[in-house]
Order: sequence, then C-alpha cells, then structure tokens
Amino acid sequence: MAGLFRRMVSGLKSRRWLLIRRTLQILIVLAFVVDIPEVGRIAHGNLSSSLWFWNVPLTDPFVLLQSLLAGAPLAKTALIGAAIVAGFYAFFGGRIYCSWVCPINMLTDAAHWLRQKLKIKGNLTLSRELRSVLLVMALVLSVVTGTLAWEMINPITLFQRELMWTSAAGVTFLAALFLFDFLVSRRGWCGHLCPVGAFYKWLGRYGRLRITALKIDACSGCSDCIKVCPEPHVLAPLVAQKAMTVTDSDCTRCGACLDKCNSGALAMKLDMHRGVSFRGIPIVKS
Amino acid sequence: MTKHTTAKELATVRPDVEEPMRRKVFKRVFRHMGVAVLGTVVAQAAIFSRPARAAKILRPPGALPEKEFDSTCIRCGLCVKDCPYDILKLASWADPAPLGTPFFVARQDPCRMCTDIPCVKACPTGALDPLLTDIRKADMGVAVLVDHENCLNYKGLTCSVCVRVCPIRGEAISLKPIQNERGLLQIPTVNPDKCTGCGTCEKHCVLSEAAIRVLPRELGLGVSGANAAGRGVW
Ligand code: SF4
Ligand code: SF4
Ligand code: SF4
Ligand code: SF4
Repeated sequence: MAGLFRRMVSGLKSRRWLLIRRTLQILIVLAFVVDIPEVGRIAHGNLSSSLWFWNVPLTDPFVLLQSLLAGAPLAKTALIGAAIVAGFYAFFGGRIYCSWVCPINMLTDAAHWLRQKLKIKGNLTLSRELRSVLLVMALVLSVVTGTLAWEMINPITLFQRELMWTSAAGVTFLAALFLFDFLVSRRGWCGHLCPVGAFYKWLGRYGRLRITALKIDACSGCSDCIKVCPEPHVLAPLVAQKAMTVTDSDCTRCGACLDKCNSGALAMKLDMHRGVSFRGIPIVKS
Repeated sequence: MTKHTTAKELATVRPDVEEPMRRKVFKRVFRHMGVAVLGTVVAQAAIFSRPARAAKILRPPGALPEKEFDSTCIRCGLCVKDCPYDILKLASWADPAPLGTPFFVARQDPCRMCTDIPCVKACPTGALDPLLTDIRKADMGVAVLVDHENCLNYKGLTCSVCVRVCPIRGEAISLKPIQNERGLLQIPTVNPDKCTGCGTCEKHCVLSEAAIRVLPRELGLGVSGANAAGRGVW
C-alpha cells in the first residue's frame, strides 16, 4: 500500500510540469463552456477574443493583425485586449501559448504519445521553417483577399466552436490533423506547420522565461531532455555545454525536459541577463 | 538534382570562390519563397472562389456591410454569447457563410430587437457598429413579400399574421388595400426605410414555407435609375 502510494507520488512528481500545464489548458477550455452556479461563466467568447471575469478583454494579436491587414478599422477594446496578450508573451516568451493555452496542443501531444507507444517509425520530414512561410502567407493573403485568411482553417478556434456546435466537417478536419501527427509526420503540426506558433515565436523572441542550466556540471550529457523536447534543436547548445540558457524562441516552455531530467541540471527561470548570446551564437560558459 | 551537381563541380573547380554556408542559406530562402508564392497564389484562388454567403444568412444588428464585416469581425462569438435569446451562431464549415462569422436565420429564430442591443455592446472590434444605439435604425436586411401566389392575403383571406407580429407594425409593415379581379385585397406591404430585417414576420408566416422573407438589402431591393443593358436589347 505504502509502496503503491510512493510510486504514485514519484510518478506524479516526474510528470509535474505536464500535469500543471494540462490542468491549465483544460481549465481554459472549460472556462469558456461551463457555467459555475452562482458565478456564471468565467470567460466569454473564444481564443480569438474573449472577456474574462466580466471585465478583462483579451484578444489574440495574430487574429487582430490579420483583421487589420484585411482592412479593418482600429477598435479600442480589441486593441487593449491584444496589447495585454502581446505584452505578456513578449515579456515571458511567445510559445508559452502553445504549451499552456492552445487546446490543439492536447490533440497533437496525444497523437505524439500514441505514435511513441505504437513505435511508429515512418516520418515525413518537413522543414521547421514551413510555419514561418505559412505565417507570411496568412498575412499576405489577408491583405490580398480582405478576409482573415488563417481564420478560414484555424483549428484552434475551430476546436472551440466544435465544442459548442459540432459539425461533421469540423470534426473531420480535427481528426485529420490528429492522424497527420500520429501517422504521417512526427510533431508535424505544432512543430512544423502551425503559423500561430510561428507568430508567437517571433512575438516572444526575447522572452525572459527560460530553461536554464543551473548546474551545468550535473548534466551527464545523456540528451534524454532532447528526446522528449517537442523542439529538440533548442536544447542542443545547452547539452553540448555551449550555452547556459535556452534562448531559441521555439522553446514552448512545456517543461518536458524538466520532468525528464533527474540530475537537477535544469530549471525554468526568469532570466533578465543580456548577452547570453551574440548574434545568435551562444556564448560558451566560463 | 542538376543544380546540385553543378554546385559540386563548381566547388571542385574553383574552391576559392565557393561559399557553401551562404549558398545553402540562399538556397533555403529561395525554396521557402517559392513555396510561399505558390501557396499564396493557390490559396488566394481558393479564397476568391468561396461561395458567397447565402441569402438566408442574416448578420446581427449594426453589422458593417458584408465585405467590411468579413475583414473586421474576428470571429470571437462575444455577440453570440450576449444575445439573451440565443439566436446567433458562429458559422461552421457546414453553414453557407464565412467560417466563424456570426449569423442568424430568420425562419428559425428572428432577432427580438432588444432595446439595449447587447450584441453590439459585446463586440470588441466594431464589426457591429457601436454607433447603432437605436435598434429601430438597425439594418439586418429587408422583408419582401416574395410569393404573391401562396400568400393567404393575396388569396383574399385576412391572415395578416406577418403584419400583426411585426415589432414595429404600422411603420415597417402595414396592410394596403388593392382592388383586382379577386376583389378588395389587404396586402401586407413593407416600408423598406423602416423595416429592420429582424425576421419576425418570416418566422411567423403560417405557410409551411414563408411567403415573406428577409433578404440582405442588395438582394431584396431594386435601385432606381436606368439599366443601360436592359435598354440595348431591342
Ligand atoms: S438585438 Fe437582441 S435578439 Fe437581436 S441579435 Fe442582438 S441581442 Fe439578439
Ligand atoms: S462580437 Fe463582433 S467580432 Fe465578435 S463575432 Fe460578433 S461581430 Fe464578430
Ligand atoms: S423584418 Fe418583418 S417583422 Fe421585422 S421589422 Fe421588418 S417587417 Fe417588421
Ligand atoms: S403570414 Fe404569410 S400567409 Fe399570412 S399574410 Fe403574412 S405572408 Fe401571407
């Protein structure tokens, strides 16, 4: 009994970050759909734009940017909402959105998990920069067509709409996305294609919440962290002992590396230092 | 493939001018630009060939003209949530409207013309124009008595349900007598300047398919003036 309990505790502990962020992701999804008795609904709208706690407007800066490029006039509430969101991600790190907020992440993580479990080897290799290409395309297309180009397929808000008004077409698209990540391309969607991720990556380029090597000497160089990281290239300089922090803004701050590494070498820290890298080249530790 | 070999040959012949790193970067950039240009052209064609919004798709009160609405609305659904009568829905792929935009279908659930217009107040972008403060000035469309064959009043009966349910009856819609071979008919007649297009009349028309329908203004009304093409025919 005690043994089982201890195993459970250590099991939970080794999935600490995963559990925390999954909880937050689920809470955010629920906040939009569940009516709490006496209180009501905490969030109204969807991830394009929402009203939290009956007062705080939040707007996705990427969606608003598309809208402005398509020719929309400026509107106060939307701009305030977008400024709050953009400010947060610019300071802490853009792709926090991917791991802690975006509901599609749960879908693609599940696909990846299943892929690992079933040991599926086949992989369509895509360029990680494809998402930036898609980002540019979405913005250019918004200008050219006068509509919000990415919102015509954006699975993030699609997911939220599907929760309320299930439609065969929407569910099929989400299923296709799942299968793509599961069978076709390893971390295909979030790691290679999604322009929303690319937008937040650029927005949070100088994000200050970083994976930091507290005790780099404790690192045995096993690269287990790289194996679990959804964006493995960001950890490479650190494991090769060329850098003290992960500065690549592809890092989604998911904490998978922290959950995996039991040497205590890594930590998630607010890092206000400048000059950990020079022109993108990480500086070798002393 | 051919390019690759030439690059290799070049490198062996004149190794001093070869800059492999820079070359690689350029190649990558150009490849991505190619993908972007091709993708943009294809996607643009796809977007332009979208079917137009169906006539039964009506926008909430205060909505900007369709084209501006399409670029200004960010598909957030705040208007949907704040409608106390739950008439609005965000379009899914199955609906004949741009994905994610809010709409209602009069025959299913008409707009109740709330005097405080909560949907407009909820809109963060101005896609529902905040300058609309009097719901009677709203323009969601215009009611048109489209079927003169089956409308009961045209058959000489006095159904007049559409007139009686109109929230601004007497102004937006009223009975006008006309005399024809069937006798004196009381015809429901819409005043397009007063009709807000709320759809209550369409909703309540007693026929199994409504004889009176709310249409987007550009479909429901003609515009006076000369049609050059029309004159040229004979
Ligand atoms: S005016 Fe009232 S009933 Fe009509 S769409 Fe707005 S909130 Fe709904
Ligand atoms: S509240 Fe405004 S921006 Fe949001 S869906 Fe409605 S019309 Fe569009
Ligand atoms: S749509 Fe029909 S009910 Fe509504 S204002 Fe016009 S005439 Fe009246
Ligand atoms: S409710 Fe329908 S059938 Fe009756 S008068 Fe109006 S349009 Fe005609």
